[in-house]
Amino acid sequence: MKQFFAFVTKEFAHVLRDRKTLFILFGMPVVQILIFGFALTNEVKNAKLVVVDQSKDLISQQIINRIEASRYFEIEKAVMDPEQIEAAFKEGKIRLAVIFPAHFTDNLMHINRAQVQIIADASDPNTANMLSNYVSSIIQDQQVQLNEANAIPYAIVPEIRMLYNPQLKGAPNFVPGVMALVLMLVCVMMTSISIVREKELGTMEILLVSPFRPLLIIISKAVPYLFLSLINVISILLLSVFVLDLPINGSIALLFAESTLFIITNLTLGIFISIRTNSQQVAMLISLMGMMLPTVLFSGFMFPIENMPMPLQVISNIVPAKWFYIIVKSIMIKGVGFAAIWKPTLVLVGMTLLLLGLSWKNFKIRLA
Amino acid sequence: MIQVNNITKVYGKEKTVAVDHVSFSVKEGELFGLIGPDGAGKTSIFRMLTTLLLPDGGSATVNGFDVVKDFRKIRNSVGYMPGKFSLYQDLTIEENINFFATVFNTTVNENYHLIKDIYIQIEPFKKRRAGKLSGGMKQKLALCCALIHKPTVLFLDEPTTGVDPVSRKEFWEMLKRLKAQNITIVVSTPYMDEATLCDRIALIQEGVILSIDTPAAITASYPHELFAVKGDKMSSLLTALNSFSKIKTAYAFGEFAHAAFYAHAISAQEMRDYLKSKSIEMEAYQKIDASIEDCFIGFLKN
Repeated sequence: MKQFFAFVTKEFAHVLRDRKTLFILFGMPVVQILIFGFALTNEVKNAKLVVVDQSKDLISQQIINRIEASRYFEIEKAVMDPEQIEAAFKEGKIRLAVIFPAHFTDNLMHINRAQVQIIADASDPNTANMLSNYVSSIIQDQQVQLNEANAIPYAIVPEIRMLYNPQLKGAPNFVPGVMALVLMLVCVMMTSISIVREKELGTMEILLVSPFRPLLIIISKAVPYLFLSLINVISILLLSVFVLDLPINGSIALLFAESTLFIITNLTLGIFISIRTNSQQVAMLISLMGMMLPTVLFSGFMFPIENMPMPLQVISNIVPAKWFYIIVKSIMIKGVGFAAIWKPTLVLVGMTLLLLGLSWKNFKIRLA
Repeated sequence: MIQVNNITKVYGKEKTVAVDHVSFSVKEGELFGLIGPDGAGKTSIFRMLTTLLLPDGGSATVNGFDVVKDFRKIRNSVGYMPGKFSLYQDLTIEENINFFATVFNTTVNENYHLIKDIYIQIEPFKKRRAGKLSGGMKQKLALCCALIHKPTVLFLDEPTTGVDPVSRKEFWEMLKRLKAQNITIVVSTPYMDEATLCDRIALIQEGVILSIDTPAAITASYPHELFAVKGDKMSSLLTALNSFSKIKTAYAFGEFAHAAFYAHAISAQEMRDYLKSKSIEMEAYQKIDASIEDCFIGFLKN
């Protein structure tokens, strides 16, 4: 046990004394989350919108004024003909159309209920979703205001239609995606050079001619990076909550536990790479090229896996980030508990044990 | 203490033979030297004895443990200092020593008496990182780290390569003191002058042992009369000596040429006249005792 602590202390010293590594370790996640956060920002300003007002009465006009006053929208032109809306969408001139049917105010006054149709261009599902929500809430405001003066509540029912992609699949929830990507990169890259560095520097030669056992080397190599990566998880979550306004809906403890598991999976993957390679450069290349691309492609974060051909869908199953992405999305966004995510958790546990076993088996107890 | 029987190591697809049926033995408390130029197979022998490489033929035991079967027992009991500086450059002297002490389940205090003489010299810099030390200090630190667990056998692979002459001398003095503590030491070096500091040596070239004996016995058994010759033109002097029928071989040795005669040497006057006929002015001619290097060259020319 004393040996183990001495080794872990040594590993910490390696990491903390190497300023460049430290910078990558802590700088990269922050930079990435900010870049992704603002590049893939969900906020839309001055979206072009078309209004078709077939009733041209008081309340429809009031709503139109409210929309116009909002900083999110810019009313393009008031086409009358619904046929022309389709054309405008296809030209890409507008993102949203709001249609008031004839007798809008009449309906509202007499049957206390009127409908507004909102049509969104859902080829960009995220924006479509957001814009239609904005309009709905503007209408909601108007309704609240109307009801203040009235005993009988009025109901303006927005009827939302998503054009082109009605199920809104693949909405990029980037924080879980970036979290999977960043943790994967940092953990795999850092540990992938850790053992091969000892081989390159020749210190492995001395370590081998000592009572130290391979499994102990593997575990003590991973421990410092586990701690440092947990700090990264905290910084990513703080950034996403306070800078990017993405709340965590589920249990934070669960999220942490799952992140720890995913970090361990990646650390063992990195160590496996480190054990199989003979130079830091090769290890770095494998972990960067070999891990980054599959993670981006197959985690489901940038490209929906459901849309991929069957063979690629099968391949995506061996990418740990895919499972972690599912887990984080479920906890952060859907706010579900462990019962809903035990399957991906089990997959990650299995992968970790497999990689640990492979690393142990492949650890060379001799040179060459 | 160490028994090596016909050990062989072959590398790669080309089947390069690095170590070719090498046998020797080292007694307890002996300071044994493997002497040979770069590429002679010294490091391969060390790595096989420290269980880092598997021999392709033959067998060897260290402390009575087989290098293949009982590799763990050997790893627990020997000290090894590789040819390349192999400590953690980003850790300080103190941290390196403490780390290796802990890895071997001991403490610096427990075996301080072993490293004391050496450690005292580097102690003033104990907070300095190993990567920032001079060559000599690095070797002293590496020796401390290899000694800290009180090994029964110490393997030192070219410990003085790249070290200044003063530090080299100091280093060998340390080895003598360690030997006095009954630690068996196997050391390799490409410097022939260090050979005389060992109890026994093995001269090795291209994976084959040329001779094993005490340095004195090896030099005493030199079969030729050896003369140091000095002339004004070294290259033509060597050509002239080598073409002389009574001389087996002549080679440059510092500012002199060493000439080994087949049987009996010629007198200084005869040599002067011979060289004059080749238009070389002879400046010195004297009989000398063979050094280890002369013996080594003698073995090579056979």
